[in-house]
Amino acid sequence: MSTRERNLWLVAGLVIVVYALFPVAWIVSLSLKAPADIANGQFLPTDFSWTNYEQILSGSASDLFLPALRNSFGICLIATFISCVLAMFAAYAIARLDFPGKKVILSTALAVAIFPVISIVTPLFNLWRQVGLYDTWPGLIIPYLSLTLPISIWTLSAFFREIPWEMEQAAQVDGATTWQAFRKVIVPLAAPGVFTTAIIAFFIAWNDFVYGIVLTSTEAARPVPAALGLFSGASQFEDPNGPIAAAAVVVTIPVVVLVLLFQRRIVAGLTNGAVKG
Amino acid sequence: MSTTTLPPGTKQEPVSAPPGGTSDRARAERRLGWLLAGPAFLVMLLVTAYPIAQAVYDSLFDFRLTDPENRSFTGLSNYAVILTDRIWWTSLGVTFFITVVTVAVELVLGFALALVMMKALKSIRPVVRAAILIPYAVITVVSAFAWQFAFDISTGFVNTWFGWVPGIGPDTDWFGGTWSALFVVCIAEIWKTTPFISLLLLAGLAQVPDVLQEAARVDGATWWQRMRRVTIPNMKAAIMVALLFRSLDAFRVFDSIFVMTGGANSTESVSFLAYRQTIARLEIGLGSAVSVLLFLCVVLISFTFIKVFKVDLSSTRGDA
Repeated sequence: MSTRERNLWLVAGLVIVVYALFPVAWIVSLSLKAPADIANGQFLPTDFSWTNYEQILSGSASDLFLPALRNSFGICLIATFISCVLAMFAAYAIARLDFPGKKVILSTALAVAIFPVISIVTPLFNLWRQVGLYDTWPGLIIPYLSLTLPISIWTLSAFFREIPWEMEQAAQVDGATTWQAFRKVIVPLAAPGVFTTAIIAFFIAWNDFVYGIVLTSTEAARPVPAALGLFSGASQFEDPNGPIAAAAVVVTIPVVVLVLLFQRRIVAGLTNGAVKG
Repeated sequence: MSTTTLPPGTKQEPVSAPPGGTSDRARAERRLGWLLAGPAFLVMLLVTAYPIAQAVYDSLFDFRLTDPENRSFTGLSNYAVILTDRIWWTSLGVTFFITVVTVAVELVLGFALALVMMKALKSIRPVVRAAILIPYAVITVVSAFAWQFAFDISTGFVNTWFGWVPGIGPDTDWFGGTWSALFVVCIAEIWKTTPFISLLLLAGLAQVPDVLQEAARVDGATWWQRMRRVTIPNMKAAIMVALLFRSLDAFRVFDSIFVMTGGANSTESVSFLAYRQTIARLEIGLGSAVSVLLFLCVVLISFTFIKVFKVDLSSTRGDA
């Protein structure tokens, strides 16, 4: 590759990095603007200020934001855990066993994945009110499974299919018991796939807005995206834009950290489940 | 991809397999298969099939939560009300507009990003890959806020930066008109979801056999010819899957609209209409009917893709 060409690709790469980070940089910049500075019409603050963060973490908006943060973490982790366990069994069966209906299960997962959430949430709104699940953790965890389970099944079965299952037998031939062979050979091979799937499922749950906004009404269960969406209408703030920006940054930090730590695996998981046969 | 091999059961050894009892083993395997996969299957049905059935049922009633006593069966009249109302057609048009614009732009942009990632120098490849995942990871609501604040009259910098463009001044109210508001919504959606498409396309690119590329190069094909005759045809499956998934996703657009415009100035999408009917107006009957119609639209889109473009999902999604 000539130097000219190298430089060209380097520039192209940098353009992508700027494209990807620009809005994030902007919301961070906005969150650091003092109230008087918010409307300065500039990208950067003239003076850095932590006021917005103080407001959402300990100030007047904290009773809106902190419970939502707790709800989001709890609900998303539980939903991720449940869907991973269920998907693990299902994917194992799909990758390993021969039984009629495999295709049905995979097609169902696909159908559920393309389901418009709003079509599910409308009847749930009414039903949850009747059975007392409205505005509770389980009331969100259960519908979140419709988001996390299909993608977990797809990605995990793609991962599991690539495991050389014969190694397990080889270990048994070498004298390991069935359980030993499974635990010592298969589990370590499967663990990265399960872990990746969990991260992707967590992202998807963390991103949910529709369920959060329709199926909750108080800080008892309202997750962060929904709380953020409703911030704008809250009267607690004279000008809620700064605190919203700060809250947006706080919500973004965990997912960005996950991405940076596990980028290679996430890319593999996303594309394996979707494209690679 | 190879079909699932049938390893001699290590986990599912029949306890007392009769001599030559292959059918017993097959039966045991079948039972174990459903035992393991059944719960996930059941949960998926429970969380989707049941609510949609309930929505279909509810849509046949005149039913308001504010007036539950007067719930009455009205057959298909809710659908008649919706389909003869301009609001439905406006929201359908808005939804189609957003879908077509964002998916078209994302496909081109995503392809360009995929090409760069493919070719990027080893030294910057990890950086590019990490960066590209960030829009994917940022939640839609945050992305919507970021873009809204950027274009907003008071908080934004766009009017300052692009003041030199004719028609843009310090007082340009992007959210004051249908088209300018939709423009910003589309930008936010495109920024957020292009990475996903480009990752799918990158995986597709990686599957194009190098041998073919090389052969075409030796034969003197230009870059553009190789792209058109070798690369793109060989990744048709990946392109179709990316298109289908993004179209369905875009068609359900809700978060951005909710945050950025709240459906004002005729920027309501179909999802938002369903939300507004049910949750804001508590018209369960009408809202359910909108939900069912939205569901039918999504089914129609998938069906069209699979039939017209012959997307074989079973072969591209890694089905056995």
